[in-house]
Amino acid sequence: MRTTLLIGATSAMAEQAARHFAPEGDRLLLAARDTERAAQLADDLRVRGAESVTCFTTFDASNSDSVQRLTKRIQEVEGTLDYVLIAHGHLPDQEECEEKPWVALRELQINFLSTVQLCTLIANRLEKQGHGTLAVLSSVAGLRGRQSNYIYGSAKGGMNTFLQGLRNRMAFKGVRVVTLLPGFVDTPMTSGMEKGPLFISADKAGRLIHTAMTKKTSDIVYIPGFWRWILLMIRMIPEPIFKRLRL
Amino acid sequence: MNGDGTSWGGLPAVSQTLYPVRNRTHPLPPVDTHMLPYGLGRSYGDSCLNHMGTLLTTDQLDRWISFDPASGVLHCEAGVSLAQILELVVPKGWFLPVTPGTRHVTLGGAIANDVHGKNHHRAGTFGRYVREIELLRSDGSRTQCSRTRNARWLRATIGGLGLTGLITTVKLQLRPIVSRNMEVEEIKMTGLKQFFDLADASDPTHEYTVAWVDCLATGAQLGRGIFFRANHSETPSSLNSDRTRSFSVPMRAPNWLLNPISIQGFNALYRNKLRTDCHLATQDYRPFFYPLDRVENWNRLYGKRGFYQHQCVVPRDGHEGAIQELLERIGRSGQASFLAVLKLFGDHPPEGLLSFPRPGVTLALDFPNRGESTLKLFRELDDVVMQAGGALYPAKDARMSSDHFRQFTPALDTFLPYVDPAFSSSFHRRVLTPS
Ligand SMILES: Cc1cc2nc3c(=O)[nH]c(=O)nc-3n(C[C@H](O)[C@H](O)[C@H](O)COP(=O)(O)OP(=O)(O)OC[C@H]3O[C@@H](n4cnc5c(N)ncnc54)[C@H](O)[C@@H]3O)c2cc1C
Ligand SMILES: NC(=O)c1ccc[n+]([C@@H]2O[C@H](COP(=O)([O-])OP(=O)(O)OC[C@H]3O[C@@H](n4cnc5c(N)ncnc54)[C@H](OP(=O)(O)O)[C@@H]3O)[C@@H](O)[C@H]2O)c1
Repeated sequence: MRTTLLIGATSAMAEQAARHFAPEGDRLLLAARDTERAAQLADDLRVRGAESVTCFTTFDASNSDSVQRLTKRIQEVEGTLDYVLIAHGHLPDQEECEEKPWVALRELQINFLSTVQLCTLIANRLEKQGHGTLAVLSSVAGLRGRQSNYIYGSAKGGMNTFLQGLRNRMAFKGVRVVTLLPGFVDTPMTSGMEKGPLFISADKAGRLIHTAMTKKTSDIVYIPGFWRWILLMIRMIPEPIFKRLRL
Repeated sequence: MNGDGTSWGGLPAVSQTLYPVRNRTHPLPPVDTHMLPYGLGRSYGDSCLNHMGTLLTTDQLDRWISFDPASGVLHCEAGVSLAQILELVVPKGWFLPVTPGTRHVTLGGAIANDVHGKNHHRAGTFGRYVREIELLRSDGSRTQCSRTRNARWLRATIGGLGLTGLITTVKLQLRPIVSRNMEVEEIKMTGLKQFFDLADASDPTHEYTVAWVDCLATGAQLGRGIFFRANHSETPSSLNSDRTRSFSVPMRAPNWLLNPISIQGFNALYRNKLRTDCHLATQDYRPFFYPLDRVENWNRLYGKRGFYQHQCVVPRDGHEGAIQELLERIGRSGQASFLAVLKLFGDHPPEGLLSFPRPGVTLALDFPNRGESTLKLFRELDDVVMQAGGALYPAKDARMSSDHFRQFTPALDTFLPYVDPAFSSSFHRRVLTPS
């Protein structure tokens, strides 16, 4: 039996990805902030065919003690951990971050530090068992800093570098480290945004995430693939020009 | 998909705000405008639209709660579609108790229109199999409604056109099957009399009956078509699917595409399907129940001007003449398009206060929108329906008059107190505004 752990399981994208793991008869472990919604998700995944579903709540990424408690519960899970997806995240109010440094720090805690804290011990465990896939939802926003969201961007950018290093360390240990880079996905996180043609549904993102995790394709996966080319262009713009752009 | 706040007929055009309901514990939005739940927009007219208001979209309300494979009781959120249900339960030996002609409708939509299927003569409407619903009202209350608890609210909400509140969850009783297959008989029909004879004869022997009628035939040819009758196969066989392909119409077709000539072509095609007088076949349930679902967004074939469906029921006793008169008028007008569906309803008492199905014959046809000439034909047809003591189906309507609606809806005054003060629809405002 395969065990799949989803952290931030109530995120729209993680929920959709979970719907692809459940019919494969996985044992599912869900870590989430909202107990009620995690329980709803657990019922749904049982009907979809999950062998068993266990919820770890309440997990609050802004509080490192809470993150610590979750890590401990993960350590206590028996058997192997085959797939791990870390999905929690928060889109900050950039202007507020520019006024209040403590808000910026809290956002870094949620979007970056909590993941480092989680990944460190999870990776050690996967290393010990000699196999497993660790996938993290980062963002294309982490690939170049922009004035409109550089606190979020720098958290995701830090994550990209962290995962790159971890992947390097795990390369010969049988452990896959996957960086997932969504562009625009229609989820509660983007509910305030005008939906343009670059948006995809959470359903589609979930499918792509499941494929990226279970098929041994690339380790750095754009969701969907066309963002690779968009980002290639954005990253080619020389800094003296880029800094003058309103992005 | 049609999840974008439009109706299936593509008219009328409206301006409205979409608000996604993300899960069952989600509160209703604090908006000043009136609200209306929205499923998959498979209603043809304005009963699923809310001009200048808010549409509560329910496509994300799609979680299962439980399924008991021993009793066949399914509990889930109300935005789950019948297609999703079939995918889950058919492999486990269960089937929908009642299904409309498309599987792309939500549970909430199926309940709010108390939909009927080809088995109405035996099974009654969808609402009969609803064990329990949770109703979320704008005062924040959540009411569990079943036949034993808050039964009045269940009766008002079944067929209640989304006006009594948002259905968040549903408990539905399914029916068992041993095979995905249907044993289908297709019989060539030469006229209306034969339709009634076949329908009567098939009542005790066949769970599903329906007829396709050539709506351009007049005179001696009137009522010719194909009679279909079927049962679920009793021979156990694999319940797992082999996926069939579907096609999609990518954009609205030019308006001239559905002219009388192309419509003639369609009708001839259907008639020629039957070379012999009677044809027996075993087929998967999907082509039998959902022939139109093979082509996604086929409604776009009608172009930007959109189309109407006219569906009525007329009582049978002494009024076989009414169906004949309707078909004659439609045939003479040459306006209808390829689908004319005829079906004999059973005698079940209505499940909901506003349920459309009632004992009699129902006739449904599509009409490309040709403006005033189409509307004029409808007024004539409506008068025939009214004289005969029949009714029109709100799920298919975009233009019936307020007077007619009141005549067709004897329980209207009993229903109105159940309408949520913050809920309304374009249909609701139109048919309750005296004309
Ligand atoms: C090809 C085709 C074939 C059809 N065949 C049949 C048939 O054989 N028999 C038949 O009876 N009908 C038939 N219909 C009509 C269709 O079944 C109904 O219009 C059905 O209600 C559509 O469901 P929907 O989910 O798309 O809901 P919508 O069309 O989006 O909404 C329908 C109504 O349901 C309400 N509603 C939706 N969700 C909720 C909720 N959660 N809580 C409360 N109210 C809600 C809406 O407010 C609206 O009043 C057919 C339609 C098509 C396109
Ligand atoms: N949507 C996009 O366009 C997009 C693009 C690129 C990257 N991403 C990334 O994709 C991931 C998933 O996001 P989504 O789009 O699916 O949005 P979402 O549905 O809003 O999910 C965000 C998730 O993060 C959780 N979360 C937020 N703050 C938390 C905290 N302090 N402690 C614990 N959990 C917390 C939320 O929990 P609750 O459910 O309890 O609120 C929710 O489950 C995020 O990491 C996001 O940064 C999204």
